[in-house]
Amino acid sequence: MKRAAAVGWGVLGLLLVAGAWELYKAVGPVDGFTVGAVDGETGSGVMLLPRTNDRSMPHLWDMGARLFEATSGGSTPPLWITVVQAAGFTLGVAAVGWVIGVLVGLLLGLVMQRWRIAEWGILPWVVVSQTVPLIAFAPVVNAIGNQIDRGGVDWPQWASVAVIASYLAFFPVAIGALRGLGSPDAIHVDLMRSYAAGYWKTLFRLRLPAAVPHLLPALRLAAANAVVGAVVAEVSIGMRGGIGRMIIQLAGQGSSDPSAPWGPTFGAIALGLVAAGSVALLGVGLKTYRRGEATA
Amino acid sequence: MSALPGWVRLAAPVGVGVLIVALWMLWVDVLRTAPRMLPSPIAIGTELGLRWELILGDVLVTGTNAVIGLLAGALLAIVFAGLAAAARPIDGMLAPLVAALAVVPIVALTPILNGMFGASNQFGRQAVAAIAAFVPVFINVLRGLRQTRPVHRDLLRASAATGIQTFRVLTLPTALPYLMTGLRIASSLAVISALVAEYFGGPADGIGTAIATYAKSGRAALSWSFVAGAIALGLLFFLVTSLLERLVTRRAPV
Amino acid sequence: MTPTPEDSAPAVRASGVGKTFAVTRGEVVALTGVELEVRAGEFVSLIGPSGCGKSTLLRLIADLDESSIGTLEVFGKTPRQARLDQDYGIAFQQAGLLPWRDVAANIALPLELHGVDAAGRKARVAELAELVGLTDFVDRYPDQLSGGMQQRVAIARALAERPRLLLMDEPFGALDEMTREYLQGELARIAAETGAAVVFVTHSIPEAVFLSDRVVVMSPRPGRITDVIATGFDGPRGDALRESPEYFAKVTEVREALHGAPVERANER
Repeated sequence: MKRAAAVGWGVLGLLLVAGAWELYKAVGPVDGFTVGAVDGETGSGVMLLPRTNDRSMPHLWDMGARLFEATSGGSTPPLWITVVQAAGFTLGVAAVGWVIGVLVGLLLGLVMQRWRIAEWGILPWVVVSQTVPLIAFAPVVNAIGNQIDRGGVDWPQWASVAVIASYLAFFPVAIGALRGLGSPDAIHVDLMRSYAAGYWKTLFRLRLPAAVPHLLPALRLAAANAVVGAVVAEVSIGMRGGIGRMIIQLAGQGSSDPSAPWGPTFGAIALGLVAAGSVALLGVGLKTYRRGEATA
Repeated sequence: MSALPGWVRLAAPVGVGVLIVALWMLWVDVLRTAPRMLPSPIAIGTELGLRWELILGDVLVTGTNAVIGLLAGALLAIVFAGLAAAARPIDGMLAPLVAALAVVPIVALTPILNGMFGASNQFGRQAVAAIAAFVPVFINVLRGLRQTRPVHRDLLRASAATGIQTFRVLTLPTALPYLMTGLRIASSLAVISALVAEYFGGPADGIGTAIATYAKSGRAALSWSFVAGAIALGLLFFLVTSLLERLVTRRAPV
Repeated sequence: MTPTPEDSAPAVRASGVGKTFAVTRGEVVALTGVELEVRAGEFVSLIGPSGCGKSTLLRLIADLDESSIGTLEVFGKTPRQARLDQDYGIAFQQAGLLPWRDVAANIALPLELHGVDAAGRKARVAELAELVGLTDFVDRYPDQLSGGMQQRVAIARALAERPRLLLMDEPFGALDEMTREYLQGELARIAAETGAAVVFVTHSIPEAVFLSDRVVVMSPRPGRITDVIATGFDGPRGDALRESPEYFAKVTEVREALHGAPVERANER
């Protein structure tokens, strides 16, 4: 009953957003609302509210209808099919990136928790690593991937994208693992020590179960990050078939076909939700370990 | 487990950093097996020294977008979190929306935003940074507003405090450390989002555009010196908000 | 001072008071059939095992919860009105000091909430700090104070508005025995000096007997009053009292009331 009520409120919220969109289109200022614009200087000032014409803000029903029209005219399949294919492709790549990121993150977390000096040495760099923009080293990873491919080992382009996506995915897992593995109370650690249980027994019987409430939100976050990483990497390397590239392509035709970019955009949103949702399903079987978990 | 001396705390990351740079130089300069797009650290350093003014200009553009996005997103988050804490229905409507927002690739919204607000101004990037900053601040402030301890609530009720008084004297100070934590998380997200959003369209300035442009034209070392600028910007935001967080959390209720 | 009707009203009058809580599987009767009168200036303890409803009764008097049945009056008014008029001060088992305020600001909290100006607050805080012996600590923060000192601050805060009634819910429960005995002496002194009535919840028999004019013995399932024992001690409460035969006799009396049976005394074996 509680779950149904929660879903109900969520749907209501969504409807309110949709309603606000159409309401603004109907009654909002035609040229939007700009603050501090200078006459004759395009791009000056800050536009706080968008223009209400159909080119800037298509009607919601236009967006919906566009999904069922051909992707790029002629006999190309309907937009929604192309979107689903592209989203599925990106999802697959992101999933591989997630797995790599989770493994690397867990390994780093284990190492950092085991040896304090490793934590002191590695953790600052892990944190700094996330300030390096993906678009900088995505081409480098791609080039290395090409090198490997040329050297005889089969390395498709999506594998490079997966590696790049794992760069964003590993971070929350590493932090979550470090925090979670170190989270047991001192008295519990003392207890295991009094039983002469070594590092590995303590790891499996105490630290890992204690880490579950920290790891599950981290895994969810890693899934969302892997999707972002995959999307950005696709655009950065120029890989075909993914949803990121599709958004850019259709946005380029935005003036003639304003509803089109909304299709893949919705697809990308759905992609993030599916990715996080599937990881959340993982947590279903682990309920007893999750007492005391923080949400989000 | 013997205690390690204090200086190791500083020496360890520095040591790891030196190791990274050494391996890097080995790969690029000595073995020469790295792809052309990965320049030598020395080359990057040189370009940094020569072009720092140019880099600073773009850092300011992206940095300004990130700051505006951070402040706007944080402000909206505080308002909405306040509303959600005050009224159950609003909380019910917002919770799934924010949870969804937390997992979608926000930068993918940039082309749409540029379409709506025009591609010749910075708004699309600022909006993306604002949305990215909104989520962690909202979640943390909402949590903080609900963390008042029962004994403190009883105390204020026994003192016949009005709702507004209770908010000012108890709820607000309790929530403040959580706000700072949210800001710390949001700051790095705002910088990265503002930067990556540049990749998806908009005017031809900012660190992201520079990185991409110079990389495409083969000037890898220059492109990477802009990356150094991006790292510096991200670290600056992180350090400032971390400091703020530490100052405020000194006397937290927990 | 001409006695007003309120002056002659008892501090607390409970008649047929009961409280029932709804829980997941039905109800819990926390209190039933409470008949109690606390005179102005009287020190009354509520004692009993867990679940006997002593804290519930205190919360009802404080208007932190509402009674299910019966009438409850504080100085002749409803508990709600007494709370709004700030006729009582309350101290909890956890000192409940706000950690971001120093001692002076914590003591001044009720004064601040009720619009006392800064000069007035400063003077009153100084008075109260001296009353509880913490004058040198007014600019310290709670995390710099021991448990006993924090409770003293909480007591000072409870006295800020010169209440005629003090409500205390096991305030010394979390402290060690030595500090407890010291603070009991201080509380007895303060109560005598200010002339306030006190309703004091405890589960320590010696504490209840030492401090009170009357000890109200309660029993659980359902929570109710089973006995009221007058201590009958005259004069100020000091360490000498703790060693007197009358004191030990009263402690035995309360213990027997709690156990519901006579207790074999050591010197009778």
